[in-house]
Amino acid sequence: MDKENPKAWLYLLPALIFLGIFMVYPLFDVLVYSVEEGYNSASQTFFGVGMYNYAYVLRDPYFLQALKNTFILVIITVPLSTGLALLISLGLNSITKLKEFFQTVFFLPYVTNTLAVGLVFMILFKKTPYSDGFINLLISFFGGSTVDFIEGPYWAKMFVMCFYTVWVVLPFKILILTSALASVDPVLYKAAKVDGASRMRIFTKITLPMISPMIFYLIITGFIGAFKAYSDEVAIFGTNLNAAGMNTIVGFVYDMLYGDSGGFPSYASAAALILFVIVLTITVINLLVSGKNSRYS
Amino acid sequence: MKIVLDHVTKIYPGRVKGSPEVRAVSDFNFEIPDGKLIGLLGPSGCGKSTTLNMICGLEAPTSGRVFFGEDDVTDLPPENRGVGMVFQSYALYPHLTVRQNIMFPLENLKGSEKLSKEVMREKAEEAARLVQIDKLLDRKPGELSGGQQQRVAIARALVKRPRVLLLDEPLSNLDARLRLQTREEIRRIQVETGITTVFVTHDQEEAMSISDQIVVMSAGVLQQIGAPQKVYDDPVNLFVAKFLGTPAINVFMGKVRNEMLWIGDEAVLQVKGVEDRNVYAGIRPEGFTLQEDGPLSLKLVRIEVMGRDTSVISTHGACEGTTVRSIVPSDAKINNNGGYVRFALKPYKVHLFDTTTKERIYFGAQEE
Repeated sequence: MDKENPKAWLYLLPALIFLGIFMVYPLFDVLVYSVEEGYNSASQTFFGVGMYNYAYVLRDPYFLQALKNTFILVIITVPLSTGLALLISLGLNSITKLKEFFQTVFFLPYVTNTLAVGLVFMILFKKTPYSDGFINLLISFFGGSTVDFIEGPYWAKMFVMCFYTVWVVLPFKILILTSALASVDPVLYKAAKVDGASRMRIFTKITLPMISPMIFYLIITGFIGAFKAYSDEVAIFGTNLNAAGMNTIVGFVYDMLYGDSGGFPSYASAAALILFVIVLTITVINLLVSGKNSRYS
Repeated sequence: MKIVLDHVTKIYPGRVKGSPEVRAVSDFNFEIPDGKLIGLLGPSGCGKSTTLNMICGLEAPTSGRVFFGEDDVTDLPPENRGVGMVFQSYALYPHLTVRQNIMFPLENLKGSEKLSKEVMREKAEEAARLVQIDKLLDRKPGELSGGQQQRVAIARALVKRPRVLLLDEPLSNLDARLRLQTREEIRRIQVETGITTVFVTHDQEEAMSISDQIVVMSAGVLQQIGAPQKVYDDPVNLFVAKFLGTPAINVFMGKVRNEMLWIGDEAVLQVKGVEDRNVYAGIRPEGFTLQEDGPLSLKLVRIEVMGRDTSVISTHGACEGTTVRSIVPSDAKINNNGGYVRFALKPYKVHLFDTTTKERIYFGAQEE
């Protein structure tokens, strides 16, 4: 096929137009906004061009708080959810009775609305004048002192946040890992048995390497997803995330655009680009690591 | 190490409640002598792989015992039996190199059997040399041809010096030329190591060419055991006669009257000691000799030239199949008498079988 065939470009045109208008142009525009100092969206004017917006954002305590929250969320939930999903998938793979039932149960969070789930978590964790919430009832039943998980100390809120995130992302990971486990050729397990491998060795030497491409896929998408967290936080802590101290980077971007303190597209653009650079770096590192460990034909 | 199967039976429960159970292997009695190469032969679904899996320990017999030498291994898991197994799809670990694949069984050894890294490498290389893949040790299985993968699988099975080597359809994934080469290779390795080897195949030519003994199975029941030529020349029933031999044996409906075998309206062969009855007469393709006044006349369809010899394809009303295939030397003169050819029969290539039990009926000089 001739690479310079004009027909090929004609076929690509619809996709190119859409990608150009909705992907490339906005990306470019964000870059432009982020370097325009003192940009005013009403009058469409700015003083000059420079790195001031970045400097401002990186000094903004709200941004630093959001950065910290996001990093904690990522570092805790990605390994935890992937590990849990692996354990549950292994369990699901080794039972025959009630397998479909458990699969359905574990898949439920995937088809449930984020805000509805947030409400359930509020009921579970929130302290109101009428009730301490279900979790606190449990804690006091076992003799602990109650904690306000929604408006209380930072660690309690972060715990709820991580718990919620893990719970929400688990179903998809279980789905991917159960199918990955099911696609491992059973004759390999037979061969390993004849070769005298213990269960542990079969898992570490055969199962894990065989499903490692899927695990790396889940880790990469998990990192990206967790870095982009925002709606889950709103579902639990309400729209004023800065007041709750639970804002995320995407939340900060949103606030800078439309929040009470909003109207600063340049700061929002700078924050968005910082997030982009972070995600890009982590993804490249992930790809480098996975490329070394899971390449087989 | 001799292997003894003592009244081994394997029954699978029905898939759904109420569906009948499946008798995969039925009352299997057999002793495999030490250091021999045995071919388990039968059509698909006859229970030969199940038998192999029970020798290996991957499946437990429903009843009966399995012995290796004097040891009862029925309740031992495969890793404690000292078996090496080559699977039909080779089951190489795709993420490990050839060397790591071969070393894998050694790395699993525990306690006093544990080996040092150097010994393991040495043993792996020795096994690789035995199957002539020592140049490929650092490749991944995906970078090897089918035949090379096969050798890796054999090396992995042999590296622990098993008491018994088991091969499940070892040649079925290879092309015709490689198959010929590999089966000789398997024979060479078996002779060199002296390990008792059992291999499963549905290809009778494969089994007959390299086995010391073949075991013919059908529907979970052992039909006949013996040296390949002996089983071919002296089948105990119609199934074995039909299953062995390419081209297949020709089966005619016939009858015995006054110690003469009649096929259609022609008395074709003297069969001493057989009372008057209806029989199946199986005649090997090489059992026909062209003879102008021969007793059996067949309607000629066509002649196939194969170089070394010639195939005469013909029909006969009493024949069970659609055509009768006979093989004659290529220099033989085929007299076409109005579309018919006449043959005489070699008595030792003619086998008679009971029409209901399908068991062999011996006659004349044929020994029981």
